[in-house]
Amino acid sequence: MTEVVARLRGVTRVFGALHALGPIDLDLRRGEFFSVIGPSGCGKSTLLDVLSGLSPPSAGTVEFEDKPVVGVPDGVGVVFQEDASFPWLNVSDNVAFGLRRAGVAGAEVKRRVDHAVGFMGLSEFARAFPAQLSGGMRQRVCIARTLVLQPRLILLDEPFGALDQQTRLLMGDELLRLWRETGATVLLITHGLDEAAMLSDRVGVMSARPGCIIDLPETGWPRERDSRIVTDPRFGRLTARLWGTLREEAMKLIGRPGVPVVVPH
Amino acid sequence: MPLLRLWLLAGLAGLLEAACRAGWVSPTSVIAPSAMVVALWGLLRAGTETADIVATMGRVGAAAGLAGFGGLLAGLGLHAVPRLRAALEPLLSSWYAIPTIMFYPVLLVFFGVGTGAIVAVAVLLAVVAMVSATLSGLDRVPPVLLRTGAVLRMGPWAQASLIRLPAALPYVVTGVRLVVSYAFIGVIASEFILSGSGIGYAIANAYNNFDNPAMYGLMLLVLVLVTGVNSGLAAVDRWMRRS
Repeated sequence: MTEVVARLRGVTRVFGALHALGPIDLDLRRGEFFSVIGPSGCGKSTLLDVLSGLSPPSAGTVEFEDKPVVGVPDGVGVVFQEDASFPWLNVSDNVAFGLRRAGVAGAEVKRRVDHAVGFMGLSEFARAFPAQLSGGMRQRVCIARTLVLQPRLILLDEPFGALDQQTRLLMGDELLRLWRETGATVLLITHGLDEAAMLSDRVGVMSARPGCIIDLPETGWPRERDSRIVTDPRFGRLTARLWGTLREEAMKLIGRPGVPVVVPH
Repeated sequence: MPLLRLWLLAGLAGLLEAACRAGWVSPTSVIAPSAMVVALWGLLRAGTETADIVATMGRVGAAAGLAGFGGLLAGLGLHAVPRLRAALEPLLSSWYAIPTIMFYPVLLVFFGVGTGAIVAVAVLLAVVAMVSATLSGLDRVPPVLLRTGAVLRMGPWAQASLIRLPAALPYVVTGVRLVVSYAFIGVIASEFILSGSGIGYAIANAYNNFDNPAMYGLMLLVLVLVTGVNSGLAAVDRWMRRS
């Protein structure tokens, strides 16, 4: 039986009169790569907030490693969409920030930081400040800062949203590499269907607000994979399935529910 | 660009120099820039103004220190209590409509003639700039940095000292620059009316004694001091914002 690392039961989130999320029931399996896609404003980021313990659910329960989530638990790392690098610290100090907070010994901090900085391809820029780096590099700094803490669950909220398409594909490969090396469970929130189909073991497709999970396909990809998987015919079928579900929901969002596809002659 | 600026300033000084030497401007109203430099050099060498310079710089330092720290603490406090801030913010933003110097009789009653009243005027003039700079710095801390703090399970104090304050620091430095400028203005203006010492007093004294070289020499001294201090702080500011 597969081990469940995080468990959501009947989770909803309501802001005043706005029902933003759920109810959601979801089990994240240890070591899986799970992606969440859904139309804009469906509550993807709210789901991440609740799952990470950044904000409590309005109803329902969230557990991480069989313990109720109150605040962000030890072992959970989060990478945000916005640039969260600290502009007053250089790359090394940014990456070391959480480790130093946790009171890890100096030599161990250095070892882990050097490794993470190297792993993310930032060795040349260890002494550089974020303002001197590109958006993609800053996001890698944030990933490295999460990575050094050796989280068992990594939550990523559209981390490549602000990057160009080529960089996103390559960052996807890096994410797979990271996932394989750390053995962590990864939950990726993305608006890229292809990103979700290419990277994941399972994809959770969310409905328009209030966001519920309406499809949960398994991809069946091998653990060793990269962006070249896009040439596999199964990739096309999977993307088509995801879009089939998502299109309906996206239509609701622009106010035209259930408009049939008109195929031009 | 800095070169062009230098040339423009040098050109203006040159024009004034020419006008004075040609006799278009009477030396009883304005003396030539070269004469100002000579006068200042003479004052500095004679050492007659040393005590005034020390007095003024001490007051500026005290006023800037009090206004800087006080304003920083007040800004941190107001940011932490949004209701109080909402109540006070309109007063802060209209603060500079008040000609602070008019309070000097009140300050004389409290502090007597001399340093106390002078520093008080300068602090009143400067402190609000620091409060505003601190508030706007704290307002501009990107929320994602605080969320990062929450993910790292940092408490409110750790977040304030390790994230909020460093993130706001460039704005705080801008506040310090303003505070120092206002402190100079407040101190020198007050020394004209509230003092028997200091550069402001010495300028007024020279004026009353028809000592134009001393008066213009001292004015030049103030310009040099203010420019020097401000350039130093501007360099710190640039270093903070290195990009």
